[in-house]
Amino acid sequence: MIDMSPNIVLVVTIGVLFAAGVYLLLERSLSRVLIGVILIGNGANLLFLVAGGAAGRPPIVGNEPEGRMSDPLPQAMVLTAIVITLGMTAFLLAMAYRSWQLHRHDEVQDDVEDRRIARLAAVDERAFADLDTEVAAETLDEEAAEARDETDEGAPATVREVHP
Amino acid sequence: MLLLLAVHLAAAVVAPVLVRWMGRKAFWVLALAPAAAAAWALSWTSRVQAGDGPVESVEWIPVLGLDLTFRLDTLSWLMTLIVGGVGALVLIYCSAYFKTSAAGLGRFGGVFVAFSGAMLGLVTADDLLLLFTFWELTTVTSYLLIGHYAERKASRRAAMQAIVITTAGGLAMLVGLVLLGEAAGTYLLSEVIANPPQGSTAVTVAIVCLLAGAVTKSALIPFHFWLPAAMAAPTPVSAYLHAAAMVKAGVYLVARFAPAYSTDPTWVWIIVVLGCGTMLLGGYRALRQHDLKLILAFGTVSQLGLIVLLVGLGTRATALAGLAMLGAHAMFKAALFLVVGVVDAATGTRDLRRLSGVGRELKLTALAGALATASMIGLPPFAGYVAKEAGLEALGHLDDTTAGLIVLVAVSVGSVLTVAYGLRLWWGAFSTKPAVVPEAVSDSTEPGTSIHEAAHEKAEPAPITHPSLLLVWPAMILAVLGLAVALLPQLGEHLLAPYADTYPEGEPGHLVLWAGFTPTFVLTLAILLAGALLFVIRDRVERWQTAAYHGPEADRVYRRFMRRLDDVAADVTAVTQRGSLPLYLGLILVVFVVSVGGTALASTVFPSEVRWWDTPAQLVFAAGTIASALLVTRARRRLKAVILLGIGGYSVAGLFLLHGAPDLALTQVLVETVTLVVFVLVLRRLPPYFSDRPLAASRWVRLALGLAVGLTVAGIALVAPGARIHLPVSKDFAEEAYSFGGGKNIVNVTLVDIRAWDTMGEISVLLVAATGVASLVFLSRRGGAIYRADEARTERSVWGGTADPMAALRRPGGDRAQVDAGGMVADRDESAVPSSASRGREWLQAGRTLAPQRRSVIFEVVVRLLFHTMIVYSVYLLFSGHNAPGGGFAAGLVTGIALIVRYLAGGRYELGEAAPVQPGLLLGLGLFLSAGVGLLALLAGGEVLQSWIIDIHVPVIGDIHLVTSLFFDLGVYLVVVGLVLDILRSLGAEIDRRAETGEDPVGGDAVGGDAEGDVPAQVGVNAKPAGWDGSVP
Repeated sequence: MIDMSPNIVLVVTIGVLFAAGVYLLLERSLSRVLIGVILIGNGANLLFLVAGGAAGRPPIVGNEPEGRMSDPLPQAMVLTAIVITLGMTAFLLAMAYRSWQLHRHDEVQDDVEDRRIARLAAVDERAFADLDTEVAAETLDEEAAEARDETDEGAPATVREVHP
Repeated sequence: MLLLLAVHLAAAVVAPVLVRWMGRKAFWVLALAPAAAAAWALSWTSRVQAGDGPVESVEWIPVLGLDLTFRLDTLSWLMTLIVGGVGALVLIYCSAYFKTSAAGLGRFGGVFVAFSGAMLGLVTADDLLLLFTFWELTTVTSYLLIGHYAERKASRRAAMQAIVITTAGGLAMLVGLVLLGEAAGTYLLSEVIANPPQGSTAVTVAIVCLLAGAVTKSALIPFHFWLPAAMAAPTPVSAYLHAAAMVKAGVYLVARFAPAYSTDPTWVWIIVVLGCGTMLLGGYRALRQHDLKLILAFGTVSQLGLIVLLVGLGTRATALAGLAMLGAHAMFKAALFLVVGVVDAATGTRDLRRLSGVGRELKLTALAGALATASMIGLPPFAGYVAKEAGLEALGHLDDTTAGLIVLVAVSVGSVLTVAYGLRLWWGAFSTKPAVVPEAVSDSTEPGTSIHEAAHEKAEPAPITHPSLLLVWPAMILAVLGLAVALLPQLGEHLLAPYADTYPEGEPGHLVLWAGFTPTFVLTLAILLAGALLFVIRDRVERWQTAAYHGPEADRVYRRFMRRLDDVAADVTAVTQRGSLPLYLGLILVVFVVSVGGTALASTVFPSEVRWWDTPAQLVFAAGTIASALLVTRARRRLKAVILLGIGGYSVAGLFLLHGAPDLALTQVLVETVTLVVFVLVLRRLPPYFSDRPLAASRWVRLALGLAVGLTVAGIALVAPGARIHLPVSKDFAEEAYSFGGGKNIVNVTLVDIRAWDTMGEISVLLVAATGVASLVFLSRRGGAIYRADEARTERSVWGGTADPMAALRRPGGDRAQVDAGGMVADRDESAVPSSASRGREWLQAGRTLAPQRRSVIFEVVVRLLFHTMIVYSVYLLFSGHNAPGGGFAAGLVTGIALIVRYLAGGRYELGEAAPVQPGLLLGLGLFLSAGVGLLALLAGGEVLQSWIIDIHVPVIGDIHLVTSLFFDLGVYLVVVGLVLDILRSLGAEIDRRAETGEDPVGGDAVGGDAEGDVPAQVGVNAKPAGWDGSVP
């Protein structure tokens, strides 16, 4: 059984990585946000290993007695996490590039639509058209006059005298 | 019953195809589905009457205890007959009603049959939740039918109104059903009714909720207004909706639960008040309408009030009368709507002020209309008379005489109104009037103008054509049926009595045609006379109604309410959705700190025993990680931050290694390298410095939140190792990895075998990320062209930057010769093709495409020497990964780095030479390989992704130990290579190309920070995000 007491050096490292990561994450510059995410990612990976128990020998069968191996399961999880972080880094950087193309900077701005809704709400204007809320809409009779089905024409009208 | 539902579903699905194929004749085929339902119900008549109806149950969602349970009792039998019979007749009517070229007939037919099927399910379901499911299905399908003319604003609005109101009621009903089911301990409808839970507050709430569902669906006040507005639907839909389906669902619900709850005072009061009110209001409003469909619509509202009153009051006599009324109403109301449809088709209008002489021209139609009207106003000997007579008789004998009197008066007054508007309807549609209103006036926006005010002697009435006789027959059948069943009242009583007997109270009622000169008959005569009188003085009634105070119209109140709701929603959105990413993230993190950190502080025991380190060397790498992390937060220059980040990443790799995770360390180092390159590729475009932030308060907030999160996570890290109470799952991994996975490297076997599904998901994510990167850069394509060295143009040297006056001199010999020969450098695409002789002198195939000042001979030599070595090494990692550190991820990254090096040394043409494939191909192939191997295992009789170990002895080479998961790893390898290639081709090559063609305005030098002065000029004012108090240097 692996020693399950926590390793203080790693705990402190994790704490610092998270603190620095969050500090950068709350920035507006996309590249700083990304750096923050990567720091947090590193911290989370270390957290996985710490949660798996104390350090041991590499988990390779045959080289080491089994009891002294480190836990392989968190390692497998962290390995995929590392590569996924690479994919996400590339994606966020592509976004930063796109943002630069459009706005000449990589700052994450406030959502335009949210701001529009807030602005309109402040002056009690409607942000979108909604048929159900048109108080001054047509009356039932006016609507009825327009509601016609696409009916069959039927036979032609007979010629007759209407008024007696 | 499931079979019938399946038939409806199948008919609904094939309807569009059928209509395209057969035209409107397809409605005949579609009519078979509801007709089958009606025939099925008829075939069970005697057994249902004997209380021995069919029951069917199929397990659906066993976890929820939700079964597809159906039961046919007397009430369901009657409803099935109505739903199926009227449905079939209306569908046949449709086949002649619509123009052959009418739009959307296929969809219409499909939705109509689906609606009919949903109603069938609703009335036969014997499970509360199943009932609700069908209930909502009718809501959705009726929404589609009402909004059939989706291009018309009125249709859309009516449909939206109907769905909003009925869904709101339906949700309330769901609450009621769940409360009831929980209180009863069963969700089986028949059992709940047999042993209804009583007494508790929950039951009272459930009753109110149930009735809310019924009231909204059946268009009782105050939710009646959606039904008249729903006449925007095609007339056949109105006929079905008003007579047999949708609104009858609410009646059905009341009738279903009345035997259980009609003694509850809450129930009785709601039924009495809403029933009487609806009946009177509907009749009153119907008196003044000019549109025939609107008269009928308000008439339906009125009749629904009456029916709900009768079935809801809770004595056996009223229940019998109510059921008879339900059937009679289905027949005459459907017939009347169909008749109005004929008039509409014949004259082009439904405005009774424009119609005259229709009865003389369309005699059969007028006859059908007359029969149906007679039934509606309760003229003997029609079904409406028998039912209403029984109802009045029963109301007169209620135990509670006060309430009975009130109800009796209300029903009598309501019946007078019914007689008046019924006569007015027939008169308006068919009579020959002395004068009609000219078309121009009826089209004017003054809807209140009555015929007597605006009629003009010389005005021509609407012209009349003769529509197909097929249109008349469905209405005629229903109208005659209304007469036929009334002539055999004992049969009706016999058939419907089993339902009435389920009511706990009262003497059994009777359906009779002639009971002698009873007080009830006198009352009926008085009602008919008063109604006729009201019809005769219709002008005065109309004028008086126009002048009288209207009060707030429910429709207006609804609209105003919706408006306020929108406003409130907008206000809430404005407060909660600030659109600021830092704010959202901050909120999430605060919740994390408070919930997790708070729990940790409050209730967690921190470990008593800790280790400072596993090996002292950890201290060194930890210090490196911490220092770089702290410095990164302070870095102002992007490049500096990225390099510090890289140092931190390598330090973490060291920590991995010391922890006993060589695979992780290897991967981390490789990923860190690739990350660094990707960053630098993009940083070429971004301003060299992060925008400046003054030391605002927000910075301290961020710092505080960062520290709080850091402390919380550190706390988790302290507690997590000791939190384990079971043996790790990975305990047996070593044994399993070797014997089943055939590999010694447990981590790698975990990835490709034990937890291969995870890896499969992960490489899918990589594929998505790579595609995302390519899409963000290329925008409209998956990937750009593959650049080959022999296609390069000589005048645009890669990474050239400013023009180099010495360019010609700096070119290698081969080129110079061509310059000399041709006399000019530009526009010689073909001459750029290097001769085989000159290629031999180059270290890199595409080195010549680089701007001369960008070339580095040493770099090119090193790359030339290293590239193949790296590829060989990556192949080694791929194959040895099963038994030693390595594997598909690491191998893919090494290959990726080899490509990166080629690109950095020789530009995008060199990259094209090194990897002349589209990255999408690699990604797809990789995923296909991984998944395909997994499926092969399935074919071989194993489980998906199971590994097979094959040992072959090959002479000379020796024993080969092949594990099929190697192919899985190969797929992983290809996906990783594809990702890196995608990054290089988009963020590298494509950005290069744009810089050269001038598509991207290039700011400053590459990566550089030297061009600081340029930045403000380019970034300009736009760079400053609105609302942010920072400034740009």
